[in-house]
Amino acid sequence: MADVQFVPKILVFSSERISDPAIDLAGLLKKHYPPSVYNITVPCTSSIKPRWILHALKRGIDGVFIASDGTDCAYRSDCSDITSVTIKSAQEAMKIEGINVARIKMAAICSVCADPFVSHMKAFMNSLTEMGSIQNELRTE
Amino acid sequence: MNGTKEDIRKHRVGVYICHCGGNISDYVNVEAVKNVINDHPGVSLVKTTMFTCSDASQISMVEDIKEKNLDAIVVASCSPKLHLMTFRDVARRAGLNPYNYIQVNIREQSSWAHSDKPAEATRKAIKLVIAGIEKARRFRDLKSIEMETVNTSVVVGAGISGMRASIELADMGTQVYLIERDHFIGGHVAQLGKVFQGNSTGNEIVGKLFREIKKRSNITLFTGTQIAGMKGNVGNFEIVINVEPRYVKGDVSEKEFMDSINVCPVSLPDEFNFGLTERKALYKHNQNSLPGRPAVDMSVCNRCGKCADICIGSIDLDQKPEKISVNAGAILVNTGYDAYEPMKSEFGYGEIKEVITLQQLERLIELNPDDLVWKNRKIRNIAFIYCVGSRQPSGERTYCSRYCCTAAIHASLKLCDKYSDIKTFHLHKGIRTYGKQEVLYDEASRKGNIFLQFEEGKNPVVQMSNEKLEVRLNDILTENMEIVINSDLVVLVTGMVARNNDSLKQVLKIPQGSDKFFNEIHPKLRPVETVMDGIFIGGACQSPRNITETMTSSLAAAAKASSLISKGTITLEPNLAIIDKEKCTWCGKCEEICTFGAVVKALSEGKTIAGIVNAACKGCGACLPSCHEDAIELLGYTNSEIESMIDAISEEVVFKEQNVADEQKSGIKKQDAEWDLKVEKLDDNSKKILKALETEPKSIPEIAAEISLPSKEVTYLLMSLRKYGYVSDTNFINEDEYYTYALNHSVVHQELLYAKND
Repeated sequence: MADVQFVPKILVFSSERISDPAIDLAGLLKKHYPPSVYNITVPCTSSIKPRWILHALKRGIDGVFIASDGTDCAYRSDCSDITSVTIKSAQEAMKIEGINVARIKMAAICSVCADPFVSHMKAFMNSLTEMGSIQNELRTE
Repeated sequence: MNGTKEDIRKHRVGVYICHCGGNISDYVNVEAVKNVINDHPGVSLVKTTMFTCSDASQISMVEDIKEKNLDAIVVASCSPKLHLMTFRDVARRAGLNPYNYIQVNIREQSSWAHSDKPAEATRKAIKLVIAGIEKARRFRDLKSIEMETVNTSVVVGAGISGMRASIELADMGTQVYLIERDHFIGGHVAQLGKVFQGNSTGNEIVGKLFREIKKRSNITLFTGTQIAGMKGNVGNFEIVINVEPRYVKGDVSEKEFMDSINVCPVSLPDEFNFGLTERKALYKHNQNSLPGRPAVDMSVCNRCGKCADICIGSIDLDQKPEKISVNAGAILVNTGYDAYEPMKSEFGYGEIKEVITLQQLERLIELNPDDLVWKNRKIRNIAFIYCVGSRQPSGERTYCSRYCCTAAIHASLKLCDKYSDIKTFHLHKGIRTYGKQEVLYDEASRKGNIFLQFEEGKNPVVQMSNEKLEVRLNDILTENMEIVINSDLVVLVTGMVARNNDSLKQVLKIPQGSDKFFNEIHPKLRPVETVMDGIFIGGACQSPRNITETMTSSLAAAAKASSLISKGTITLEPNLAIIDKEKCTWCGKCEEICTFGAVVKALSEGKTIAGIVNAACKGCGACLPSCHEDAIELLGYTNSEIESMIDAISEEVVFKEQNVADEQKSGIKKQDAEWDLKVEKLDDNSKKILKALETEPKSIPEIAAEISLPSKEVTYLLMSLRKYGYVSDTNFINEDEYYTYALNHSVVHQELLYAKND
C-alpha cells in the first residue's frame, strides 16, 4: 500500500478584533492557504493558556500558530509580551514531553494582514512537513 | 479528553448550515456536513438553509427553538462579524439566552479560503461545525455587561462628507471634533464649478456646510491636523491629534494678503489648480477658501518675514506644532479620494502638452472667464477619452468610478454654455450616466456633442502629426471605421483612486480591499461599519461615488455612530474572568498583570483568594496564563470549551468521503443531462464553439482558429451564448491581450477533480 502523504494540521489562535478579521479578509479575497489550518478565536492572544497549546499538540495537532495582535490590541499594547511568556512556558513543557519547540510559532497579524497570514501559513506548513508528524514525537515519549 | 463530559450543560442543540446562495455550497457540500453531524451527541435538529439570515429562515428558527425546546443553537454560515447580532436576536425572540448561540464561519474561513479544494473545504467545515457544537454544549447562561460611552465623535476629513456627518451628529446631541489634514476645508468639491444637479458651485456647497458648522457650538473644527495615535476601545477611544501650525494667528485683509503674496519670494505649482497656476508660501486655495484666513506652507517658506512685516501681528512664523488628546466614543472616517494621475505617455499624458485630465479642465474652466485658453492658444476642438484609469481589464482599478461619465458630459455642456465655437468629441467604452444623470447625456447629444465608442483593448491613439494633435480610433458604432479627430485639447476622463492614507490606516487599522478603498463589513447589510468596532466610513474613501451618494453614506455613518454612543452605554460581551475558589492560593500575579484594576485580593470563607471586579473586567483574559494553579477561567473561553473545540478539530472526521464524491457525481450527472438538453437546441457552429471550450477557456481568435470560422462570426455566436448563459467571461486576458471565455458548465472540471480524488 502506498504511503499516505503527510499533511500537517495547524491550529491558529486568533484574536477576535485584530487577527481574526485578517483571516476573514484572506478568505474574502480568495487567498488560498492549506485547508488543514483551523482557527479558534479568543478575545486577546494574551488569554491563551500553555495547557491549551499542550492539549492541541498531544491531540495530534502538528503545529500551533498564534496570530498575535502586536501593538494593535484593543485591550493592551503589551499583549504580545504576555503571549511570549505563555509560549516560553509552553515550550518548556514541550521539551519535557519530547516535542519539538518549533511546533509553536507566533507572529503579529493586524486586521488587514491577509497576505502575511497566508504567507505564514504556507511557510509554517512547509516547516511542519519537514518536521514530520507529531505522532512520531508523541510515540517516542 | 479534557473537554470533559461533566461540563456538558446543553442537550438539545439546533444546527443550521447555510448555503449562502452558493457562496458556501458551491464549494462546501453542505448536505455532507448535515449528514455527518446529524447523529452527533447533543444535536436535536440539523437543517440546511439557502439563506439563514433571511426573514423566513429566522422565523423558522424561532419556531424550531420553541417547538423543539432547543437549549443552544449553532449557525454555520459567514463571519460572526456579519450576523452575530442577527442570530442573537433570533435566540432572544425565541426566549433563548442570546449567548447560547455560536456562529461558525464556514464561508470566509472555509468555502472561500479553500475554493480551490472543495472536498477539503467540506472536511474542514465539518470539523469546524463539530467544534462549534461541542462549545455550544458547554455554554453557561451568560448575561451581557453594560459599559458607559462618551457621547463624542471624531470625524476625520472636512470634505462635504465629513462636514455633513458632523452637522448631523451635532444635531443628534453629540460633541464633534472635525479634523482636516489640509488648512482649508471642502476637499475636491471646493475645486469644482457648477455641479450636477442644480446650479450650485462646489464652493457654494462647501460654504453652506461651513456656515451650518459655525452655527453649532458642539462642533470643533481643527484644520492642519491628523490623527497620530489611538488607544482604548469602542465607546471610549483616546485619540491623539497632531496640529500643524497655520502660522497665521490673526485676521488678514484681502489687501494685506495680496501685498504679502506679491512680496513672497517663494513660488511653486499650485496643487489646488493641478499645477495650472503657481502659488506662494503664504497661500489660500482661492478667494473663497474656508476658513478665510490664509496659511503659511512651512515646507517651502524661507522665513524671510516679509509677509509678517505687512500683516503686522497676524503672522507668527514661530508657532509650534501641538498634540491634543480627545476621548471619543466613535470615529467617522470621511477622507475622500484622489483623482487618478495618468502614467507618463498614457494617451500622451506628460509628453504632449495638450493632453490634460478632467480635473485640470474643471479648473481651467474656472480660471478662464471669457475664452478657453490653454498654453496661450484658444481652444475650439476638444476630445474627451473616457475610463482612463478605471474599468481596467485587470489590476487594482477594474472598477467603474461612477461619477466620471456624468462629470465629463457636464463639463462639456459647461464648455458649450460658457464659450462660443467649442466642439466636443467623446470617445468612450459605453456611457454610464445612470439614473437621473441620463438627461445630461440626452442634452449633450441634442446639443451636437459627438459620441464615438471604442472597444476594450483597442484604445484611441493620441499623437502629434505635422505639429498637430490628432486622435485616432476605430468607432464600433460605425462598423469599426477609423476616425481621425484633429483636436486642440485632449481631456483624459480620469476616475477616482483610493487616497494615500497610510498613516491613518496604520493607526485605525481599517481593512482595505484589493482596490485600496476602505472596506465595510458588508456592502448591503452593514455598509458603513468596519470590522473595527466604533469606527465608521462614509463617502468616497469607501468606493467611488458622486456627491449625492457621498452625502447619503455620510449620513448613514453619522446615524450608526449616534445610535451606538448616544444611549450612554453600550452592551459588551459577558466574557468575565471567574475564580475557582478551591484552586486559588492568592499569589497576586493576576492582580499584577491586570491593568484595569479588575483583580483584587479578597476573602472567601476565611481564605485569601483573588476576586474579580466585574465592572472593571474587560474580558481580555490576560490574567489567565499568569495563574500557576489554573484557577482563573474566562467565561465563553473556559478550558472545557476551548479543549473540546481542539478535540473536535484534531479528531479525524468519520464521514464517508466517497459519499460526498458520489453525491456530487450524481449532481454532475443531473447537470450533465440538463446541459445536453440545452446544447441540443443550438446550431452546429455554436455547438462547435462549446466543444472548443471544453478543455480550457479560450479567446475569440483562438476559438476561430480551432473551428475554422471567421472571428466576426465567432464573436456574434459567442455573445449570444454568453447572453443565454452557456459561457461567461473569465475576466482574464491572454498573452495576446484578448478576453477569454469559459463554459458555464463545470462538468469537465469536476470530473477531473474527482478522478484525482478517487
